[in-house]
Amino acid sequence: MTLRFNDETFRGDYTFRNSPQAVRRFPFPFDQDSYMYSVNLELHKGGRAGSVFENRFDVDEHYVAEMRDREITLAEDPLRCQSLPHMELAGWDFLELVMTTKAEDYPDLFTLHRDGDRWHWINRPLNIEQRFTFLDATTLPCGPMEYITRQTQGDHALLDQRDGNLWMDAGMITSQADWSLDFDIGMNFFEWHAPVPKAHEMGVFQRALKFLLNLQQGAPVRRLNWTMTVNPRLDTSPENYHKWGPEKRTITPGNVGEKQFLRVELQTLWRLPRSNAIAFPIRCYLCSLEDIVTVPKWGRRLHRVLRDLPEELATYKGFAVNRPMIVDYLAQFDDGAETSPGIFPD
Amino acid sequence: MPRTEFTPSIPSRPVYSGLSSHGSSSALMLAEGEGAEAILDLAAQDAAVMDRAHLIFIPAGTGHGPALRALGAKSYVEVPGFATALDRYRKALADAHMGTRLYVAGSEGMIGQAVAEALAAGLPADAIETEHRGGIARRMQCVHCKGITEGVTTDPFLCAHCGLTLFVRDHYSRRLGAFQGVCVDAETPGDVPAVQEIKP
Repeated sequence: MTLRFNDETFRGDYTFRNSPQAVRRFPFPFDQDSYMYSVNLELHKGGRAGSVFENRFDVDEHYVAEMRDREITLAEDPLRCQSLPHMELAGWDFLELVMTTKAEDYPDLFTLHRDGDRWHWINRPLNIEQRFTFLDATTLPCGPMEYITRQTQGDHALLDQRDGNLWMDAGMITSQADWSLDFDIGMNFFEWHAPVPKAHEMGVFQRALKFLLNLQQGAPVRRLNWTMTVNPRLDTSPENYHKWGPEKRTITPGNVGEKQFLRVELQTLWRLPRSNAIAFPIRCYLCSLEDIVTVPKWGRRLHRVLRDLPEELATYKGFAVNRPMIVDYLAQFDDGAETSPGIFPD
Repeated sequence: MPRTEFTPSIPSRPVYSGLSSHGSSSALMLAEGEGAEAILDLAAQDAAVMDRAHLIFIPAGTGHGPALRALGAKSYVEVPGFATALDRYRKALADAHMGTRLYVAGSEGMIGQAVAEALAAGLPADAIETEHRGGIARRMQCVHCKGITEGVTTDPFLCAHCGLTLFVRDHYSRRLGAFQGVCVDAETPGDVPAVQEIKP
C-alpha cells in the first residue's frame, strides 16, 4: 500500500479529513453495546491486515500533518516536551525502538543504517536525513526523546520504574485529552490518575500497575481509550483550554455530525532494554460522527454506548453538555438491530 | 491550633501523618506559623529530638518564637518567609548526612515546597515527616500561565499572574508543591459560578 499524506490542519480552518480507507480502519473502541472501565490490555503483536494494529507504530495518511501540528504547539509552548535528567537513557532506548521497527515495518518510508554506534537515519515523508552517534546526545539537534517523537505520531510518555511504582518522568505531550505534562511530570501511577472518577474504587489502577511492573521486553501490550472532541483538534490541552473551550459550545443539531469527533487513543506499552523504563505511546485517532455512521454497526453501537453511559463518565470525558444532541443525532442510525461482537465492521 | 483533619481526598494529595520523634539523630526542622505547636508537641513527647536539631522558624504573624527558642535546639533561627529561608534550608539539606531526619510543620503550601526541595536534594521520602497546622489555604499553579498563586481560600479564584478565573482542581503535584487551577469559564466566558470557601 502506498501512502498519500494529507495536507490538512488540526486548528483554525480544520481541514482534517479521513479518506474512506481511513474510516474503515478507524480503531472503533467498543466491542459491545455498553462501556465501563476495565484493564483491557492485550498483547500488541500485530493484528488484522490494514488495521491500525498491524504494525508496531502505525503510520497513516495524517502523519505529515500531525507532525506539523506538533511543531506549532511546541513553538508556542516548549514545556509540552520535558525529560527529567535521569531519563536520557530511556530516550535513547525509545529512539532505537522507533527507528528499528519503523525501518522494518515501512522500508519504503524509513531507512536505518547502523555501523556500530554510527547511525544513519532517513525519514522520507518528513525529508529528514541524520547521521549521529548512538548514545551521544551532542550529535542530535535535540535530546533523543524529543528528536524521535517529533517524527512519531501520538503523544509519548516515558515511565521510570522504581520503588514498586511507575513514574512519569519524561514525555512529549501535544495532543492530550485534557491533562498537563508540566503538572504531572514526576508523579507516580496513582498520582497522575488521581482525577479519574470511579476507577480507583474499582481497583483498576492497582491491577494495571501490577501487570505493568512485570511487563517484559519484546512483549508490548495495548489498549484503547476514548473520549469526544469538538472539531478535529489535537491540542486539547488544559494549557490552552481557555482558547479551545468555547468551540465546545458551537455544536448544533445541524452540525453535530460534522463537528463532533470520536477521539480514540491506541495506547501501547513497551519495556525498554537499557533503562528498564516503559515507553507509553498514546496514539490519537479522530473520526467525525457522520463518518462513523457510514459503518452501520458502529452507528448503532455508538448510539447505545453514549445513551447509556453513566453521567459521571460523560462529565469526566467532557461531553456531558453536548450528549443530548449527540445521542439524538445517532438515534436515527440505530434501527434496534443486533450488533456483532468485536470492534471491526461487518 | 490542633492538627488539621482533612476530608478523604484524591490519591495525589499528600497525607500529613504528623511528627513523631526519631530520638537524638541529626535533624532538620522547618516550622511555619502554627506549625510551631507541632514542634513543641514533638519536643514534649521526646526532648532528645532537639539535641542535634537545626530549627528554622517562619513566624507568619504568630508569637511562638520564644517558646521554640527555649527548646534548646543545636541551632535556632527565625526568618521572615519561605523565600528568605530557602538558601539556608538548601544548605542544610546539602549538608545533611545519611540518617538525618526532616520535620516540617505548617501550611500546606509551605510543606509542599519544603518537601519538593528536600526530595530534589536527594533526601529519601521516608526520612521526611510532615504535619499540617494552621489555615487550609492552598498553593495553586495556573495551568495556563504556570504562575503560582499563594494562599488561595476560595473556589473559584483569580490567578495572580494572568487574571483568568480558575477553579481549584483536586489534583496535586509534589514536584511543584501545588494544586492545579483551571479556567472556570473557558467554555462560556464570563459565566462564573458563585465563590465558595475551600473546605479542608
